[in-house]
Amino acid sequence: MSAAPARRIALYNLVPPALGLATVVGFFVVMEVLVQTNVINRFIVPPPSEIIGSFGRVIVEEHVFSRFVFTLGECLMAGVMITIFGVAGGFLLYRYKLLQQATETWVAAMAAAPVVLAYPLFMVIFGRSAWTIIMIGFVAALPPVILKTLEGLSGTRKVLVNVGKSFNLTASQQFWKIMFPAALPTMFVGVRLGLIFALINIVGVEFLINYGGLGQLINDLAERYDLPGTYAAICFVILVSVVFFMSLEKAERWLRPVD
Amino acid sequence: MSPTSSSASDILTADNVIVRFETAEGPITAVDDVSFKVRQGEFLSVIGPSGCGKSSLFNVIGGLLTNHQGTVQVAGETINGPHQSIGMVFQEESTFPWRNVVDNVAFPLELIGMPKAKRIEKARTFIKMVGLDGFEKRFPGELSGGMRQRVSLARTLASEPKILLMDEPFAALDEQTRLLLGDQVLRIQQQLQQTTLLITHNITEAVQMSDRILVMTYRPGKVKRIVDIDLPRPRTSEIVGSEAFGRYVAEIWNDLREEASRGMKDEEEHALHEGTAS
Repeated sequence: MSAAPARRIALYNLVPPALGLATVVGFFVVMEVLVQTNVINRFIVPPPSEIIGSFGRVIVEEHVFSRFVFTLGECLMAGVMITIFGVAGGFLLYRYKLLQQATETWVAAMAAAPVVLAYPLFMVIFGRSAWTIIMIGFVAALPPVILKTLEGLSGTRKVLVNVGKSFNLTASQQFWKIMFPAALPTMFVGVRLGLIFALINIVGVEFLINYGGLGQLINDLAERYDLPGTYAAICFVILVSVVFFMSLEKAERWLRPVD
Repeated sequence: MSPTSSSASDILTADNVIVRFETAEGPITAVDDVSFKVRQGEFLSVIGPSGCGKSSLFNVIGGLLTNHQGTVQVAGETINGPHQSIGMVFQEESTFPWRNVVDNVAFPLELIGMPKAKRIEKARTFIKMVGLDGFEKRFPGELSGGMRQRVSLARTLASEPKILLMDEPFAALDEQTRLLLGDQVLRIQQQLQQTTLLITHNITEAVQMSDRILVMTYRPGKVKRIVDIDLPRPRTSEIVGSEAFGRYVAEIWNDLREEASRGMKDEEEHALHEGTAS
C-alpha cells in the first residue's frame, strides 16, 4: 500500500474517537453556557469549569486515588466471582435440563430484582465491611452471567458439536475445545452486563452504608453540599467503568482474535 | 458386482441399514434396507432427491446416528458410533471461528497429543494440499465460503482417515467454485488414493468425481441402482464437456427424474394437507 492511502486510512480511523471527544467537550460547553446564563440552577448542577477546577482538590484532599483503588478492587473481586460462579451456574443449567426448567425463570426474575434494597440483611451477615458491598454487587450481577452462559452453550452450532463427535472427543474435550470457545462471545456479553450491574450496586451500597471508596466519597461531598466535588467524584466512577470495559475488551480480543 | 457381494478390497460395508424416525404424523422410514460396499481407494457417490435419506445414511456411516437397524463395517469391524477410520466433512460451514487456519487443520493432531512443532508442520502440508498456503494465520471469518470448506477438508484429511465421508460439502457454493473445488478434491483423492464416499444431490458433481454412483429412491430411501462411471482418470472438470459425461448425466437424471417428481408431488400434497388442516 502506498503512503498516501495508508495515511488517509490512519486519519479516517481517528475520526470516531475524535468525534466522541468532541461530543463530550460540546456537552460541557453547552452546560457551561446554560449554567452561566442561569437557565440551569448552579445549586443543582455546578458549571463544568468548577467541576474540572475541583479535580485537584478532590484528588489531594479527599484521597481519591486510594478510594478509586478501593472501589476498583471491590468491582474486580465481584467480577472474578460472577465470572466463576456465573459460568459454572450457566453450565449446570445447560447440563441438567430439569434444573434449567425449574430455575431459569427465577434467575431471569432475579436479574430485575432491586437487590440493593436487601442491604440491611447483608450488613447483618457481613457487617459494615467491604464484603457486604462485594456480595451485593455479586448477587445483583450473577443472573446475566448465568443466563448468557446458558444461552451461549445452548446456541453452539450443532455442526460444531458433530465435528467434535466425529473426532471422538471425550465429554470434557467436547466442552473445553468446542462448547466453551463457541459460547465465549455470548458469555462475555453476560460478564459485561454483570459488571455494569456490579458497579452500579457497589457504588450505590458504598453511598448507602457510607463505607469504602468512591460511593462513600460522593456521600461525604454531597452531605457537605460540595457539588463540584460530588460531580468530580462521579467522574472518577465513570473512570472505573472505562478501565473495566477496556480491560474486558482486551481480554476478549485476546481470547477470540477474530470472529 | 451386486451391492452385497463381498471382496477382500472392500473397506466399508453397509448391510441392510434401516433408519426410522418418529414424527408428529407417525413413524417415517428414511432409509429402507440399504446395502452397499465401498472398495479401497474408490470414490463412491450416493445421489438421490431431497428426502431420500442421504443425510441419515451419512449420519449412520459417520456414527452420529446409532438407533438404526443393520450394520456398518469398516475393514471388517462393526461400528456403532464415531470411528477414527472415518473422517467427516459436513455440508454446513464447520470451521472453528476461534482458531486460525493452521490451528483448525492441526486440531485432530492436537487431540492425539502430537508435539506443537510437528503438528504445525504436518498441518501446513494439508493446507498446501487444499491450495490455502499463505492463509495459515487467517481466521475463518476472513475467508470465503469455498476457502472455509477447504479448511474443513484439510482438517479432516489431517486425521488421515481410511474413509473420507462428505455430505454435500459444496452445496452452499456457486457452480464455478463447486467445479473448481471438485477438481481439487479429485486431485487430492487421486494423490492420496483416498477412499471417498460423497453424499450429494448434484449429478454433475457425482459424475465428475465418482467411480460408481449409488442412486437412491425417494422416501423411503432404497438403492435404486448402482452406476459404474467408466471415465478416464486422472480427471478434471474439463471432463464435463465430453460426450460420455453427458450420457452419464442423462442416464442418472432418467433414474432420478421419477424419484424427484415423486418427492415434489409428496411435498405439494403435504403442503396442501397442512393448509387444509389449518
